[in-house]
Amino acid sequence: MGKFKKKRGDTTPAISTASLPDIVFILLFFFMVITKMRETDLKVKVQVPQATELEKLEQKSLVHFIYIGRPMERFQSIYGTAPRIQLDDSFKTVEDIPLFVENHKQTVQPALRNRITSSLRVDGDITMGIVQDVKTKLRRIGQLKVNYAARRGVVKEKAD
Amino acid sequence: MGSKKRPATEINASSMADIAFLLLVFFLVTTTIDVERGITVRLPEWSEEPPENIQINKRNVFTVLVNAQNQLLVRGEQANVDELRERAKEFIMNPSKKEDLAEFPNAAIISLKNDRGTKYGTYIEVYNELKAAYNELWEEESMTQFGEHYSDDLPKAKKDKIKAKIPFVLSEAEATSYGEESK
Repeated sequence: MGKFKKKRGDTTPAISTASLPDIVFILLFFFMVITKMRETDLKVKVQVPQATELEKLEQKSLVHFIYIGRPMERFQSIYGTAPRIQLDDSFKTVEDIPLFVENHKQTVQPALRNRITSSLRVDGDITMGIVQDVKTKLRRIGQLKVNYAARRGVVKEKAD
Repeated sequence: MGSKKRPATEINASSMADIAFLLLVFFLVTTTIDVERGITVRLPEWSEEPPENIQINKRNVFTVLVNAQNQLLVRGEQANVDELRERAKEFIMNPSKKEDLAEFPNAAIISLKNDRGTKYGTYIEVYNELKAAYNELWEEESMTQFGEHYSDDLPKAKKDKIKAKIPFVLSEAEATSYGEESK
């Protein structure tokens, strides 16, 4: 009968870690798939305002971003502190917007071009002047679908 | 020939987990899961000619002015952002049939005018309140007409019916430039 006597007691069996890489790889692939690298390097400080009535931007390929804000500190010696426009990776002016929009348009199928959206990522603390100029420019070139980027949340700011 | 078969040496795979962990941490840190959101607006088309002078009954217009000090002037009197939503809703629906509020919901026009010196955050806050007023009215209308919530899932035909009754009309006037920030 002693034949089937289990050996136990003297050492705890080591837990097999052979499946650990598999588990980690699954997690890794998950994050690799959902990751979207930030493609633009922000040169202006943009802290978008908060709002509640938000809509999602559906197709990323139909959206281009226009950043407006004050230059980051390291650029302030060159560009000053007045609000600036950033398109792609560099400081631009309102006059550069038509070409920027047109370039984006060329990458989109003609059938979908009327659904192109301009996402204005504007800092909440700047004044409307430059935003107004951008809006006027967009109207002039017929790019009418605009999205004011915002975060979810309610902020009660008192007028000062 | 001395074909001595060596036992296949096993590759030590215990560092695999470490490498995978390293990559995992990298992707964890770089990942941003936030979806791009914002307030979608449709700008009016550009025209070179000055707009025609259309006679609009004064009672149908809800003017909101925002000055360079971020103060609000609603229909000629100073107001607060907090009360904007309720006032806009009352103006559009006019439940007690007042003489000075909109005749019908589809006659109501909201006119928004800001200064070039207005803070963008304030502008968005005001715009958000006005949009919220409409969203709440649509929701109420949807509940009474169809007993369903007004959401993205509502069929387009029903949405159109609601929007025909309460259309979103927000006209933005050319901004004034009293408080322009110095360049």
